[in-house]
Amino acid sequence: MRPLPSPARNPYWRFLVAGVRGQSAYPLATLAGLTANATFGLLKGGIMGAAVDSSGGELAGYSAATMAAFVWLGQGMLGSVNFWGGSDLQNRIRTGDVAVDFLRPVSVQAAHVLTDIGKGLFALLPRGLPSVVIGLLVSHMALPPDATAYALGLVSLLIGIAVSHATVYLVATTGLWLVETRGVSVLYMSLSGFLAGLYTPVYLYPDWLLTLALCTPFPSMMQLPIDVLSGRVTGADAGQHLAVQLGWLAAVLVAGHLATRAGRRRLEVQGG
Amino acid sequence: MNDARSSNENVIVAEGLTRVFTGRPQRGSRLRRTRHVAVDHLDLTVRAGESVGYIGANRAGKSTTIKMLVGILVPTDGRVTTAGLHPLRQRRALARRVGVVFGQRSQLWWDLPVRESFTILAAIHGLSAAQERERTAELVEMLEMGEYLATPVRQLSLGQRMRAEVAAALLHRPELLILDEPTIGLDVLSKQRLREFLVAQRREHGTTLLLTTHDMGDVERLCDRILVVDHGRLAFDGTLDGLARTVGARRELVVDLAVETPDLLDVAGTEHVRSESGGLRQRLAFDPQRTTAARVLAAVSERVEVLDLSIEEPDIEDVVREIYRATR
Repeated sequence: MRPLPSPARNPYWRFLVAGVRGQSAYPLATLAGLTANATFGLLKGGIMGAAVDSSGGELAGYSAATMAAFVWLGQGMLGSVNFWGGSDLQNRIRTGDVAVDFLRPVSVQAAHVLTDIGKGLFALLPRGLPSVVIGLLVSHMALPPDATAYALGLVSLLIGIAVSHATVYLVATTGLWLVETRGVSVLYMSLSGFLAGLYTPVYLYPDWLLTLALCTPFPSMMQLPIDVLSGRVTGADAGQHLAVQLGWLAAVLVAGHLATRAGRRRLEVQGG
Repeated sequence: MNDARSSNENVIVAEGLTRVFTGRPQRGSRLRRTRHVAVDHLDLTVRAGESVGYIGANRAGKSTTIKMLVGILVPTDGRVTTAGLHPLRQRRALARRVGVVFGQRSQLWWDLPVRESFTILAAIHGLSAAQERERTAELVEMLEMGEYLATPVRQLSLGQRMRAEVAAALLHRPELLILDEPTIGLDVLSKQRLREFLVAQRREHGTTLLLTTHDMGDVERLCDRILVVDHGRLAFDGTLDGLARTVGARRELVVDLAVETPDLLDVAGTEHVRSESGGLRQRLAFDPQRTTAARVLAAVSERVEVLDLSIEEPDIEDVVREIYRATR
């Protein structure tokens, strides 16, 4: 009788763990990231708080407390989602090291996306939680109203992290055609944070821009998880948020899979 | 089940294998795209258990061939099967049966301890916990990796990392091991260790070996068949002896003598190359097929006291150049 395989023998589980452990190798960089997060959080909190005040204590459905939650939850997520568009895969395609990835009997997409999700999950501890604690100390940020909201918020957060890294994977696959994709990353960087709700809630945008944002996967990476985590949406609305996120996750994963399959035939491994 | 392991099976079959790279034309120029034929209608068969050295000048097409054999580059024309599989369509199945080491690339996890990389690779290849333990222990012992198993890969020396790379490629007991410049940058001792290990692996597991190298020592100690590629075509296919006969792969014995000595012109089986420092150092070329270094040394010692000596092997570049000259 063969015993049931333990998760430790599953390669995809190992990729996730490798991401977590790899990220934990750089405590100083993590601390620097937290410091930057907190600094920008104070700035953002000041600006957004003033904006809510000046419009009479309510702005696009945000109160001072829910706006503070928007700011500090967003800052907390920054280490776990990817808004700069670069990735290990991008480098590995540029240098040709991606050859090694294709020489393994596993899905290249799953290997990369899971490793990056692992890094993102690790960052929740040293960067995510402290940001929220700082937010609680410096503001009266709103908290999820009940246990269900916490649970749904956590699920939404995990899907958001997955959408982010699956999308960045898709961005990196353009390298299979272009080799040098820093330009693509810059484009991604300039769009993603803006449309995801990194700077202000997307609900503050004019209708046409809000519609545009909602036609991209970016709100699923940050705005929607924050909505659920902060209790801004609850019950069926929260369920709808999760459904939208899952839809985008499926879309970017399928696109990434197709891009990998097509791009592999174009790949000219760089270097000897 | 594993038919390819039986000794007569072909592990690699390439027919008319061709790869053309087209470069983009210079901006503003009306020239056509540049065209570089890296591999040109190459026919190649490697049988199970063979140990093949694949040598040639830079840009001769070595790496391009290897990339096509393992399915990370699409051929422009021709066919190739590796371990009986179609490298592109059956990528994952092939990856289970082939191990590849690129001397300049790493398959280890940079930030993690060496041991961790082996654990992940064992999971990737579906080894059981027991298989992983047994195989890792064997490789750790043979490659003397015990003292740095807990060290993150980024802190290893090149020699340590290369041993770990080779172990990583062999963890799943592939029937074909492809090594692209495995000893590049290694010191003499590290090279020696790695070669001894590879010889032992072949002896114990019958692993088929295909390696590219710029190091004649690798070829002499590891390979029983040599392929020389030139402009994407095979310029030579035969044994080391055959190669030596074709190009006269001579060695040079360099002796430092106790006193200034006239040129040693008539030592049996040698040819005097040159003398330095007024005859204190002399170079004698000999053909290892006809005499031995020991015999030459004995002959010299009869005449004059030898203080020090070294043996220089022919550069692979020289051998290749000779082959190119002979075949063009």
